[in-house]
Amino acid sequence: MSEQIVTARNLARHYEVKQGFLSAPATVRALSDVSFDLRPGQTLAVVGESGCGKSTLARLVTMIEEPTGGELRIKGEAVTRDHWASLRSSVQIVFQDPYGSLNPRQRISTILQEPLKINRPDMSAEERDRLAREKLALVGLRPEHYDRFPHMFSGGQRQRISIARALMLDPAILVLDEPISALDVSIQSQILNLLVELQERLGLAYLFISHDLSVVRHFCDDVIVMYLGRVVEQGPSKEVFANPRHPYTKALISATPRAVPGSGRKRIKLQGELPSPMDLIEGCPFAPRCWRVTDQCRKSRPELSGGAHGIACYNPED
Amino acid sequence: MSLLEVRNLTVEFATSAGQFRAVEGVDVTLDKGEVLAIVGESGSGKSVSMLAVMGLLPWTATITADRMAFEGRDLREITPAERRKIIGKDIAMIFQEPMSSLNPCFTVGFQIKEALRQHLGLDRKARHNRAIELFEQVGIPAPEKRLNVFPHQMSGGMNQRVMIAMAIACNPKVLIADEPTTALDVTIQAQILDLLLELREKNGMALALITHDMGVVAETAERVAVHYAGQKVEEQPVAGLFGRPYHPYTAALLAALPERATSRILPTIPGVVPGQFDRPAGCLFAPRCAHASAICQTRPPLPRGADEGHARCHTPLLPDGKTVAAPIEEVSQ
Repeated sequence: MSEQIVTARNLARHYEVKQGFLSAPATVRALSDVSFDLRPGQTLAVVGESGCGKSTLARLVTMIEEPTGGELRIKGEAVTRDHWASLRSSVQIVFQDPYGSLNPRQRISTILQEPLKINRPDMSAEERDRLAREKLALVGLRPEHYDRFPHMFSGGQRQRISIARALMLDPAILVLDEPISALDVSIQSQILNLLVELQERLGLAYLFISHDLSVVRHFCDDVIVMYLGRVVEQGPSKEVFANPRHPYTKALISATPRAVPGSGRKRIKLQGELPSPMDLIEGCPFAPRCWRVTDQCRKSRPELSGGAHGIACYNPED
Repeated sequence: MSLLEVRNLTVEFATSAGQFRAVEGVDVTLDKGEVLAIVGESGSGKSVSMLAVMGLLPWTATITADRMAFEGRDLREITPAERRKIIGKDIAMIFQEPMSSLNPCFTVGFQIKEALRQHLGLDRKARHNRAIELFEQVGIPAPEKRLNVFPHQMSGGMNQRVMIAMAIACNPKVLIADEPTTALDVTIQAQILDLLLELREKNGMALALITHDMGVVAETAERVAVHYAGQKVEEQPVAGLFGRPYHPYTAALLAALPERATSRILPTIPGVVPGQFDRPAGCLFAPRCAHASAICQTRPPLPRGADEGHARCHTPLLPDGKTVAAPIEEVSQ
């Protein structure tokens, strides 16, 4: 097993929100107590519903924001503001919407060369050009695409351009924030295959943020299931999907429609809504919607425990 | 008699570069209490064909059809006033983007009550009660409070539920749902799909579900129509479609699903959907088809019989799903 490239211990990100002129600011606990390791060539999925903190986690790992608690290490170095500049080139992100994440006024050549212009100012123009063309070929686009504008491409091709741009600085880690959810089904598989190939060829580590469980199941080695800013279940993806132990994971898996007609599965129906992250919930955050809830769950919060396949639950499913 | 019957629907848009055919020769039949799923990629004309039924296309669109009837009355022959009495009441639609489909200037309560006033003529009190009841049905917490809220004050998922409440407000006979759950989380998606199926049980509502999620199709639909580049390429009962697809496009679409994958690299469909300028002369899928033969390049295929899934294909797949029958050279001309 190779060296860990990202280690996170008890990462937290809380925001203060002003509530009005006289009242004290409230705290939004977007992310609390997230720990994980990521090795080169490994894919870690973060799943959960909207508002569970998965995008906040992406922002911390890409150093867009600073964690308010816990420790994050990338390539063995502690991530603090003074190290941001040197570490940022090794972590790159691919965004969800390929239509919104490419500048419509720039040619593909400019888009691809921009990271080099900023981060490698000494590089000659020819060298930049050569590298940009090389990356364009790497993601399966043709040389004649090099001087075109983003509007001339389909969604799948744009996502390829986004991936090429993310690869320009030869990063070790790619954060993929729902990279295929905006694409058509037949294009999704093309992009997934590209990501698999790139990982095999370049040994990239992926932090894969998604809400599509069937993709995660197919594509990822390990999975973190989050609920309201906290990890509820974490482990190797095979095990978590085959044997989900936290009731929320179970509900999430059962709610995901499967392409098997007439299977007659019983969906677990969750009652109610995700509580607001501003409310301080004593006890397990999932307790108000859980069907296995006991008094203990309402009083104190279960900690993540259980080693490689960890769960945060007092009454796990068998 | 079918509730909704559309024969040979074609929709063309006038663009600065000439006519663009978004829908070509599509048939839709919908019976009472039936769930029809329409699947296809973006640009396959699935939304446009349903908007044509609703009469909501802009003036640039030319709609031609042999027949477009609701409960036996042809929608194109009745007056616009009469049509407005049907649209929104008997045929309702859930639109794709809740954020841009709701009016930002009015509270959601006002918008939902408007339909109740226009179509059902309820008094103020009854409208209010019905609106609360609808909000409860679609799972909006604290409905009384939410009625006085503007769309921008709520999340996308909440707005989507408002849209759904609006569409089912008048107990429609036909509900067209255009990607009703795409913006929602899976647990909410399951709630909404269950609600729609429940309404069907209770009121005998027919449901036309436009989606690209094969999982949703498999779990909710009874009949599935697969659209590609404006044409319906296959139509089958749901079990048949998933078990034995006839059109190579359907088969390729199913094979590309990650949950059906056998290896880490997924089977893909090469290329992209043809656009306005690169429409092939023969079969529209031929450039991406693994089984295309000479005849596919030159001659557009006609839909086959019901026993072959109405597949628009010269060489439908054989039961093993891998090979095709030899193309039958037509002797005509």
